[in-house]
Amino acid sequence: MERELLASIQDLSVTYHTRIGPVSAVDHISFDIYKGEILGLVGESGCGKSTLGKALLRMIDPPGEISSGHIIFDKEDVMQYDDDRMRDFRGRRASMIFQDPMTSLNPMQRVDDHLIEAIQVHEPKTSEKDALKRSSIMINRLGIGLNRLGSYPHQLSGGMRQRVMTGIGLVLNAELIIADEATTSLDVIVEAKLADQLREIRNEYGVSLLMITHNIALVAEMADRIAVMYAGHIVEIGDVYEVFEKPLHPYTQGLLGSVPSIQLNDRNELFKMPGEPPNLTHPPAGCRFHPRCQHAMPICSQLEPALIKQSSGQSVHCWLYQDHPDKNEKR
Amino acid sequence: MSSSFRNFLITRLLLTIPMILILVSLVFFVMRVLPGDPIRSQLGPRVSEEQADKIRERLGLNEPIMVQYVTYLKDIVTFNFGNALTQGERPIRDELGERLPATLELSIPAMIFTSVFGIGLGAYASKYRKKPVDYGIRLFSIFIYSIPIFFLGLIFQIIFGVRLNWLPLSGRMDSMILTTFNSITNFYVLDSILTGNWPAFWSAISHLIMPTITLGLALTGTFIRLTRINMIEMLRTDFIAAGRARGIPEKTLVYTHALRNTLIPILTLIGLQMAILIAGAVLTETTFSWPGIGRYLVERISLRDYTAVQSTIAVFAFFVGIISLIMDLMNALVDPRIRY
Repeated sequence: MERELLASIQDLSVTYHTRIGPVSAVDHISFDIYKGEILGLVGESGCGKSTLGKALLRMIDPPGEISSGHIIFDKEDVMQYDDDRMRDFRGRRASMIFQDPMTSLNPMQRVDDHLIEAIQVHEPKTSEKDALKRSSIMINRLGIGLNRLGSYPHQLSGGMRQRVMTGIGLVLNAELIIADEATTSLDVIVEAKLADQLREIRNEYGVSLLMITHNIALVAEMADRIAVMYAGHIVEIGDVYEVFEKPLHPYTQGLLGSVPSIQLNDRNELFKMPGEPPNLTHPPAGCRFHPRCQHAMPICSQLEPALIKQSSGQSVHCWLYQDHPDKNEKR
Repeated sequence: MSSSFRNFLITRLLLTIPMILILVSLVFFVMRVLPGDPIRSQLGPRVSEEQADKIRERLGLNEPIMVQYVTYLKDIVTFNFGNALTQGERPIRDELGERLPATLELSIPAMIFTSVFGIGLGAYASKYRKKPVDYGIRLFSIFIYSIPIFFLGLIFQIIFGVRLNWLPLSGRMDSMILTTFNSITNFYVLDSILTGNWPAFWSAISHLIMPTITLGLALTGTFIRLTRINMIEMLRTDFIAAGRARGIPEKTLVYTHALRNTLIPILTLIGLQMAILIAGAVLTETTFSWPGIGRYLVERISLRDYTAVQSTIAVFAFFVGIISLIMDLMNALVDPRIRY
């Protein structure tokens, strides 16, 4: 399948300057986002996946900062944008849906005003009437009744609010929508509905969707590709079928093994990953996963592996699948 | 107006009545427990006891205290208030009718000043959190909060009245202009506009500036700090981050989205601060010889003029009650989540 590149993230790092020292929440990450794809970004809490999502819009607040890297979006480096261009980029080209639908809309602003404001901020020449017309079409398209346009956020259900948030991104023809745990706080039926709708939207509008979540089942269901994050690194990235069929990285294997299955029986217990995610002020040397890894080798604690594409399709960040002169040396 | 809103309004109004009743009863009994009485405080010890008793009898002070209490409550309910006990025994209603406008002419602009200035500075500081300008504004707010009002007034009088001679020291209007000034409502600024008397207008304004700023500044500190802290919290919320993520300009986010949401707790504060403002008005009026009800209250307390003090406090209580009611109603109007 010929895929067109939308964004290319190169060597991106985010550092938080805390009292106990710098924390590299996102550490030299590189990956691509293709046009019209759904990319699932999974990992444990605190692995940096939300930070990565925010960093794509350059929304890292102090004491954090993007300490290195490039975000190439349509051949332009977003990192070079000044404040005005960045403001224009946010919303018009890339938009974000947040986790908590209860708090992500202004409680004192009506639904239509949210949409109209977003349109007029980016297209000052659009009249209020035209903006309202476009908003109505979008709201209707998302399955929300037009009588809801005059409602305040507290009068909507959680699922509706998330759809409104999505609508704000789509009404501006954003090319990338970052959904940061957008479905997590919804109940399962609403979650499934919203997920379904997001996929339809992708098909219809051809937007790319970066889905940040810890719900692996949802990724399996929806995503085209999956990226697994651990302690600020992408440890494995590839086609959903390839990764689920044959996870290569020990962490991915553990992660997939810890998902409950309906077919699970007593003999086949859930996999429990030993140890805990590392403290990122003092990450382990070498591969950050090695203290918890069942296959750790001497080199794992000394050198960091690269993210290298495998013959099976996905790329893996692990010494098991790459060579190094020191690899088999015992120290 | 929905029926539930009407119910809210009626309940709220009915609640104001016991509040005022408790307050005026308290004042009634406390005044009578205090040493001294209106006759002695005015005539001194040289008047014979028989003469004093005669006056007491005439004023109804010889009656049992519960009888006096009931008479007094009747007076308040009918807004009649009776006569003052000292200094010419003028009807209190006339006295308050002249003085209340003076107090309102001072406190309303002061309230506006403190709201605009306090909320504005607080919001500005929150936008530049932990920058020098934020520290400056915070320092200013503590400074202004800890200065007693009368002292602030005195400093202003010395600087702008005596040294620079820019503004008049006291009173509501130049006495030269006042002699020919005919007042309709006792709001001098309003009256001078109504009669087209521009010299009087400027005189009234120039007399208002210092007392207004003194009284207004005294409350500004609280407003700055409360606005700032609420704004900082508001700027951390998801909907602000979401607004930023869709490219809404920072200025709009701070001064429209965040500030509008912050106004809800602030409105409640304005209602509460009104009580403090009136207490401040007593001090400000004394400092600037402003002929309002605050100064009247101070004069009459030292004379132990029971009826005058009771009635003035009843009026104060009434105003505080009304204003907090108005603030509750405004809250309901501003916040779409509150619907009665």
